Amino acid sequence: MAYDKFTILRSSAVPLPIENVDTDQIIPARFLKATKREGFGDNLFRDWRYNNDNTPKKDFILNNPIYSGKILVGGKNFGSGSSREHAAWAIYDYGFRAVVSSFFADIFKGNALNIGILPVTVSPEFLEKIFKAIEADPKTEIEISLPDQTITIVATGAKESFVINGYKKHNMINGFDDIDYLQAMKDEIKSFPAKSIY
Amino acid sequence: MSNMPSTLFDKVWDPHVVRKIEDGPDVFFIDRHFIHEVTSPVAFLGLESRNIKVMFADRTFATADHNTPTINQHLPVEDPLSANQLKALELNSAKYNISHWGLNNPKNGIVHVVGPENGITLPGMTIVCGDSHTSTHGAFGAIAFGIGTSEVEMVLSSQCIMQPKPKKMRITINGKLGRGVVAKDVPLFILSQISASGATGYFIEFAGEVFENMSMEGRMTVCNLSIEMGARGGMVAPDETTFAYLKGREKAPKGDAWDKALAYWKTLKSDADAKFDMELSFHANDIEPQITYGTNPGLGTGITKNIPLSTAVKDGGASYKKSLEYMGFAENEKLIGKKVDYVFLGSCTNGRIEDFRAFASIVKGRKKADNITAWLVPGSHIVESQIKEEGILDILNEAGFSLRQPGCSACLAMNDDKIPAGKYAVSTSNRNFEGRQGPGARTLLASPLVAAAAAVTGIVTDPRDLM
Ligand code: SF4
Repeated sequence: MAYDKFTILRSSAVPLPIENVDTDQIIPARFLKATKREGFGDNLFRDWRYNNDNTPKKDFILNNPIYSGKILVGGKNFGSGSSREHAAWAIYDYGFRAVVSSFFADIFKGNALNIGILPVTVSPEFLEKIFKAIEADPKTEIEISLPDQTITIVATGAKESFVINGYKKHNMINGFDDIDYLQAMKDEIKSFPAKSIY
Repeated sequence: MSNMPSTLFDKVWDPHVVRKIEDGPDVFFIDRHFIHEVTSPVAFLGLESRNIKVMFADRTFATADHNTPTINQHLPVEDPLSANQLKALELNSAKYNISHWGLNNPKNGIVHVVGPENGITLPGMTIVCGDSHTSTHGAFGAIAFGIGTSEVEMVLSSQCIMQPKPKKMRITINGKLGRGVVAKDVPLFILSQISASGATGYFIEFAGEVFENMSMEGRMTVCNLSIEMGARGGMVAPDETTFAYLKGREKAPKGDAWDKALAYWKTLKSDADAKFDMELSFHANDIEPQITYGTNPGLGTGITKNIPLSTAVKDGGASYKKSLEYMGFAENEKLIGKKVDYVFLGSCTNGRIEDFRAFASIVKGRKKADNITAWLVPGSHIVESQIKEEGILDILNEAGFSLRQPGCSACLAMNDDKIPAGKYAVSTSNRNFEGRQGPGARTLLASPLVAAAAAVTGIVTDPRDLM
């Protein structure tokens, strides 16, 4: 599925300083019943965000109008748990384009990259700095440059670089996905099984 | 092939690389692909919108499991959304000529249970599915892991995905497991030692006497939980136990093909001096029956122990406290004696015949505790028939339990099998996340023996006291 190209993103950020945010929290299983990729953002963090009677929980960050932006900043081991891509869809659909954490679960990271969300891994110290900066000023801006592979807290100028492989970087900057790449090498793949016992 | 000593993982991974992308992932060929109703519909929509076909339909197998009811499966599915997903799977499978085991098909069951039991899963294969517990199939010496829906679309359209090769870890456990300690306790113990992210970025090989002496069912339970350690997957080298399990299974090779396969399978082990990026070892003596008390599978301990003090836990900060608060537990409390409301036996972790035998061994001659609601859910129809044939159902019935029909059930609570808010469930599944088994549900992960002990006493009980 096509997604927005990603080059430089400058935005305020929503802080979620919780560790091990798992995909069951990001989108609970009971909201996985759709057969289309639509409306998942409404159920992002459903059980943290809403009471049983569907009224918003006042103390949850997404319900606090002071915080907004296209960047979600999470605690360590973000996205652990199930392989449901719905978790990444929900984050994208809600409006986030990047997630920052000191550590991502593998499958979540892959899913995010596949659908156009940039996972940015920073050091634990830099993550702390971001949380502090947002605490001091909820409107503080973060700038993520994919071409330069850097993340900057605009107000203080604090900057760190992050790692992404060249292939994925190229894809995200151009809005390409893996399926485009694989379709282009179809013939090579078709003859491949001849070499295998299966 | 080079003569460098290599690991089991390398021996399976390397021949499946179609192309290495410079500064990028490998284009990785997939031998077997399992799909189910929840993570496949959007992938099929993707194929349609790009107007591309399925490349090798005979390498994909569909089964309905996540969303299915576990009672009255002969009736139409009541929840319209679930029914819609099941229908989509059926139609998409028919349209692209994919084998489909829907509800009421005698082969139907949880994807990671039916793959092995029908001989679709074989040593040396690469296997993926849009479900993270695909790691289960690693028990056969396959490289198996969960993928997202975009990747399901990749496999359907090109039989490949893009994967950077993970690092390699070996976890060795020697010695003999004690009385009342079963396969499930081993990964729960490892989790309590290395945490729920301790193996992120790695693919694990489980080695040593404990795994060599384990049944295939046990090895599946272990590999199933490797994902909970953060690993991409886990595997065990195939051996005589593996071959004996596979022989005669419906889709396993036969005749000459079997001999040829067997000769190949026997080469699938790590060379004596193969290098791993990380090696860990533990001893069987240190493992007692385990139970979790927190909201990730790494927060578990021996059943006779107390809930650790936050100062004794790595990462014992705010997240740990939040976790205990959700569970309604306090630091330093005893686990034994805690009241239990629900018991769930089932899932791709513990929904196989051996798990039902273990459960029955404890409840035999006893009665279900009055305060307990028990959901016993076989992993497949084949397991269900075995339960009946072996007389296990009679034992369960006499003790006041009944059997439900196969499916994922309360493992992820997508159907009606939801643990109510605030209630405690001793569960043989794989995740104790907040709300995993229903909004507000509180899950204690444990083995079928611990689940059985809770089911007859109504409280957390050391199963060794009932053996
Ligand atoms: S039983 Fe649970 S973990 Fe296993 S396939 Fe079903 S939902 Fe996934």
